[in-house]
Amino acid sequence: MLRLPAAIHDAIIAHARRDHPNEACGVVAGPAGSDRPERLVEMTNAAGSPTFYQFDSREQLKLWQAMDDADEEPVVIYHSHTATEAYPSRTDINLAQEPNAHYVLVSTADPDSTEFRSYRIVGGQVSEEPVELVADAGPAGG
Amino acid sequence: MAVEVKIPTILRTYTDGAKSVPGEGENLAALLDDLDSRHAGLKGRLVTEDGALHRFVNVYVNDEDVRFTGSLETKLSDGDAVTILPAVAGGADAAQ
Repeated sequence: MLRLPAAIHDAIIAHARRDHPNEACGVVAGPAGSDRPERLVEMTNAAGSPTFYQFDSREQLKLWQAMDDADEEPVVIYHSHTATEAYPSRTDINLAQEPNAHYVLVSTADPDSTEFRSYRIVGGQVSEEPVELVADAGPAGG
Repeated sequence: MAVEVKIPTILRTYTDGAKSVPGEGENLAALLDDLDSRHAGLKGRLVTEDGALHRFVNVYVNDEDVRFTGSLETKLSDGDAVTILPAVAGGADAAQ
């Protein structure tokens, strides 16, 4: 189960729409061990591609260091598919290397509606999970 | 050259859960051999059979991505900070 503030859900969809037709990507950080995604961080897609995404390596280091300093971890890693469904591809599965993260996929293939789904990907196995939107309960975050 | 190496979550199975381990080497290639001698199998997760760094592993020395500093030839100095992060990447291009 992914419990996600509604405002962050909406912001992820807005990000995906804004970057369409390229894939959008980013992280929602939260306190380490809490499983609470609280802080949205949009990332540059260094590939700038409609079918591939990769975090810029320098941006990724800065974010991972900042999370470490703040005792946070990447609770959600999200990206969008721009012409296919919001389901992890073989590439997504092979490259998923954060075993504690929820992998969120958004599809902007349909201009009139956006698919938003969440998965755990561990050891090459994908399992979809329900997404529950919650009102912001924590301190105001960026 | 004695350095400190930060290990990402997914590779901590090789270090008994340690987030950071010491290592030695004149350059990154030597460091990875040194790490592998105490954490068997770790090098194989970072270097391909052709002897190059895996495309989707980021290694940084003092916050510089080693792709820009000579990759496995990157020289190390005492006290350098080495960080390993799996690249976050993916996409729809594979057949589903």
